[in-house]
Amino acid sequence: MNTPIRRLSVFTMALFGVLMLNLTWIQGFQAQSLIEDPLNSRLYSERLSEARGPIIVGDENVAYSENIAEEDSSPEYQRVYEGGGVYTPVVGSFRSYGASGIEATENSLLDGSDDRLAVRNFRDIITGREPEGARVQLTLDPAVQEAGYQGFVDLGMNGAAVAIQPDTGAILGAVSYPSYDANDVVSITDQQAAIDNYTAMEADEDKPLLNRALNERYAPGSTFKVVTAAAAIEKLGKTGESTIDAPDVREFPSGPVLPNATSGGTCNGGEPDSLAHSIQISCNTSMANWAIEMGGEALSDQATAFGFNPEEGEELRVPMSVTPSYAPVETDESILGRAGIGQSNVEATPLQMAMVASGIANDGEVMHPYLVDSVLDSDMSVVTQASPETYSQAVEPSTADMLTDMMVLVTTPPEGSGLNGAIPGMDVAGKTGTAENGTDRTHNWFIGFAPADDPQIAVAVVIEFGGGSGGSLAAPIARQMMEAVVL
Amino acid sequence: MTTTTPEAPTALPPIKRRNAELALVAVAVAITMAGIAIAGLNLNGRVPAAMWTVGMTFGALSLAAHVAMRFFAPYADPLILPCTLFLNGIGVAMIWRLDAIGAEDIERAGAGMQVVWSAVGLVLCFLIIIFLKDPRVLQRYTYITGLVAIVLLMLPAIPGLGREVYGARLWIGIGPFTLQPSEFAKIALVIFLASYLMNKRQVLSIVGKPIKIGRFKLMDLPRARDLAPILVGWIAAIGMLVLLRDLGTSLLLFGTFLAMLYVATQRSSWVVIGLGLFLAGATVAYFLFWHVRARVNIWQNAFDQEVYYEVGGSQQLVQGLIGMGYGGVFGTGLGGGQAHNIFAADSDFILSSLGEELGLTGLLTVLMVLFLLVERGMRVALAATGPFNKLLTSGIAFVLAYQVFIVLGGLTRVIPLTGSTTPFMAAGGSALMASWIMMGVLLRISDNARRPAPQAIQDEGATQVIRR
Repeated sequence: MNTPIRRLSVFTMALFGVLMLNLTWIQGFQAQSLIEDPLNSRLYSERLSEARGPIIVGDENVAYSENIAEEDSSPEYQRVYEGGGVYTPVVGSFRSYGASGIEATENSLLDGSDDRLAVRNFRDIITGREPEGARVQLTLDPAVQEAGYQGFVDLGMNGAAVAIQPDTGAILGAVSYPSYDANDVVSITDQQAAIDNYTAMEADEDKPLLNRALNERYAPGSTFKVVTAAAAIEKLGKTGESTIDAPDVREFPSGPVLPNATSGGTCNGGEPDSLAHSIQISCNTSMANWAIEMGGEALSDQATAFGFNPEEGEELRVPMSVTPSYAPVETDESILGRAGIGQSNVEATPLQMAMVASGIANDGEVMHPYLVDSVLDSDMSVVTQASPETYSQAVEPSTADMLTDMMVLVTTPPEGSGLNGAIPGMDVAGKTGTAENGTDRTHNWFIGFAPADDPQIAVAVVIEFGGGSGGSLAAPIARQMMEAVVL
Repeated sequence: MTTTTPEAPTALPPIKRRNAELALVAVAVAITMAGIAIAGLNLNGRVPAAMWTVGMTFGALSLAAHVAMRFFAPYADPLILPCTLFLNGIGVAMIWRLDAIGAEDIERAGAGMQVVWSAVGLVLCFLIIIFLKDPRVLQRYTYITGLVAIVLLMLPAIPGLGREVYGARLWIGIGPFTLQPSEFAKIALVIFLASYLMNKRQVLSIVGKPIKIGRFKLMDLPRARDLAPILVGWIAAIGMLVLLRDLGTSLLLFGTFLAMLYVATQRSSWVVIGLGLFLAGATVAYFLFWHVRARVNIWQNAFDQEVYYEVGGSQQLVQGLIGMGYGGVFGTGLGGGQAHNIFAADSDFILSSLGEELGLTGLLTVLMVLFLLVERGMRVALAATGPFNKLLTSGIAFVLAYQVFIVLGGLTRVIPLTGSTTPFMAAGGSALMASWIMMGVLLRISDNARRPAPQAIQDEGATQVIRR
């Protein structure tokens, strides 16, 4: 029996060998990357005793640290947040047990550990000053952000809104509703209460912790027709006057029929309808026909040019990571037709639809969206300064002009579907959307920009399970956000 | 080879080497005391009183154990006791250090209690050495021990008796005490398997038909009718996995079963069949049962944000790994790190705690000592007389090795995390007692094997009167 015992001994040696090799790999080679892992909760508890830099919106600190220690004892900094839930989806919260939002992505600058602050810190040590973290200035426009948030409060429904400055890509507003007051989850004096509050919100079915603006995908519905129209102009050489069949009901070789959602269920009395008119009144059957005519490849490519379908690992960071939006290549006629009107497998984040609007507003050039305008050290000297970058040239400038004209019709009486988006005294480009989602309550969208001839702000608003129409529920919020800039 | 030829016992010189053992025991005690002293210095800047109270108590225990060895098992392997005392002592030092900062522990009173349990374990160990003159008596109770193993495994499932800790029903409560019966089930199972396989090994070795690839013989398949035992073992293992949700015990018991089956029959085909069955069963369980999938998901995507934050997610595992990362190659020193922030730092994750505070070097040292202990166990198995003793000893040695693999493999993502105990180190009476009981058996068999053959009083040719 000794032979098998000897072999078993060798096998146990192999077991220990595997363990030892693996340990050597983990503790010898991976140690540093483990410590730097964003999931390392110790990083947060270690940093309670340091003066963390503020996060600034406009000229107000929306997050800052306050020394709450008794006189003569070592400092203990409590993070304080302003604005209730208005800024939380962007700013996030810095907790002893984790962090989110800008607090997480800009952590090394805020806490002063970033290499770019090394010289400054060294000088502070020499001169005996208390080292401080850097100050992060956000691109948010408080008026836009508050207008958007207030719109959701008044409406009392969940959803999100994103506003972008078209020529730079600076994010002027990123609202997610419901939100939460970050002060409820960051107390260092009553940590248990903070953790309990956070745990309760994790389980809340309204998902206050979810940043819907960047990390939730919805079917974009009719707002996606703008992308379909862009592809019809770009890939098929069409114009606003080009017509295509627009039956009251489109039938397919397979799958359910597609009706119109326009008043009376008709687009042009059953006659072929022009591209411009189809966008104005949001015709389903004609846009589905355009999508089928151009083919799944062309439609998906056009969406990709606006930012859909990012490559694996190339997903947007603003600097928070953005959930990718998808418009896959379809071959089946009924699915492709529905993709043309933003249904079936098309899914977009509010940020993605804001990028579509701002790309059209900026002569077809989509700018890389960003949230951090600049980082200053405690002496107010610049550490980093954002510079606008082109994300893609989604369409030709001439195409963008045509699309703008069509979108202006949407907010133009009598036929426009998005009259609530209109602002007196100027042209507003817009597009409404009502997206089916498998429940009996639709998502309601509005995307647009103003002024149409010199765009200052592009927006996308989605009302989650609003059950109404984009024109009635989403357009008013979009209008209030645009007015905050253009009036 | 279908029949096993009797082999000559692997002779060991009948040298006692007790003095070497004494020196090594002294080293183990010194390391324990130094560990407590360093932890105290790091935590409070002074040598703690516990270095004398806890350290000296442990030292006295160790010395008493050594003296008892001289009386009751003078020929036993001189390395086994020092190795176990070293591991036990490191465990005590680490638990004291975690206690000093107020580690979260499961109803345990920390290092003091750990020393008390060590004493209980040592007493049990020597009771076995003294009263189990010949372990082969255990063969008489083959099926009773098998039944005992099953009952012990099932005890926590009994309502009113079972206690749930960290969401797993592995404990039973008797008044103020909690016990983990699966620790003792392990021993019962090894004894049962040793006697069962010893009786059946001839049958199980019979070859059914060989599998050939061309002219090359791959392996011999056993007869179909002999598959019953392995099927029963397999059903029990998968049942543990699915019903009791105890992946650790399931892996441990089935692995031990296969290892002992191999030692008994020398047929690799059994191992292949067993592994195949287990993998098939585990795969089916993976697709059928959500909790198995969750385990695998935590193992594969531990560093995924969503997996990390979900309830019962990978948070504990990741924080343990990050702790090891802080330790790096040389460690932070006992008390110099934040091992108290690791979940279950003194029990399931004690190896992570050691990894942080003693570093890669310290943890590899501990592993080497564990390995040494396992190989000494295997050495005893080679020297042991009779198939039952060989099976029993190699089974015990394998259980030790395999348990370390399951625990540390889980902590370092070689296999899914299961939450088993580390032999001799993890806080908790059941695990300590069970480990020491196994050492008792090992030392007894070792002593029997190395004791010089009895001398004949008169040499009359055929008949001899011998004195044992």
